[in-house]
Amino acid sequence: MKVGVVTFPGSLDDADARRAVRIGGHEPVALWHGDHSLRGVDAVILPGGFSYGDYLRCGAIARFAPVMTEVVDAARGGMPVLGICNGFQILCESHLLPGALIRNDHRKFGCLDQRLVLENVRTAWTSAYAAGQEVTIVLKNGEGSFVADEKTLDMLEAEGRVVARYVGNPNGSQRAIAGITNEAGNVVGLMPHPEHAIEELCGPGTDGLGFFTSLGAAGLLSA
Amino acid sequence: MARVVVDVMPKPEILDPQGKAVLGALPRLGFEGVTEVRQGKRFELEIEGDLTEARLAEVEKMAETLLSNPVIEDYAVRVLDGSEADA
Repeated sequence: MKVGVVTFPGSLDDADARRAVRIGGHEPVALWHGDHSLRGVDAVILPGGFSYGDYLRCGAIARFAPVMTEVVDAARGGMPVLGICNGFQILCESHLLPGALIRNDHRKFGCLDQRLVLENVRTAWTSAYAAGQEVTIVLKNGEGSFVADEKTLDMLEAEGRVVARYVGNPNGSQRAIAGITNEAGNVVGLMPHPEHAIEELCGPGTDGLGFFTSLGAAGLLSA
Repeated sequence: MARVVVDVMPKPEILDPQGKAVLGALPRLGFEGVTEVRQGKRFELEIEGDLTEARLAEVEKMAETLLSNPVIEDYAVRVLDGSEADA
């Protein structure tokens, strides 16, 4: 599959995400925030970083970037979209996912190898995992605390839309939520960085690779 | 020319770590008796021409669409009167 990775001004992990796409067996395509084009890709990744300097709120300006018009339309049409860290924040600001990410409750930037439990493995991005599988993936953010009102949290739980949950709670996220999906399972937002856990040489291992090999797998979106 | 202020505050039920950090710093500097600090943002918008109802409604829309995130923040729009605007 052709997987687009959007570069915004201030994106940091776009190159790593493209590399992860390639190692996951797909063709990475660089997309530019200022273009009204997805260049014929089959899926999109919004990478980590500090788009537009995180001015106003994380992801708030990126949401209105020209390319996001196309990303939002494609996501609503069922195209797989993965938002990692800043990308998750952008997906929330775009209303493709509910809730918001606010400053970590301990007020420090966290950078650690984080244990996660994958709960929903029926999404476009998690089908390579087993339900309940524990993985270690890098977590690095200052504003990664997931918040939503109780009604929304209950809905996410009831509909099985919590994709990944922290073991322990590194940033004060409500119900220790690390990642969620939309109703259809094609849009996933995740605070930890699977693209930094794809090779033994650097990072905590290869537990993140499944996010990139899941794409196009049989049984996709069977939820 | 009119000046409109949009105040954006974290919703009461949302944790405000920045406000908490400020609250923690105050006693260290010898300021006592403050029981809570909430930190928000203030936007000052200069609006061309007369401030009609329609223009003001548009500012509300700006506040809701971009200046605040209604999931975590509340906003309030007010028009500055002459004395405040000159300050």
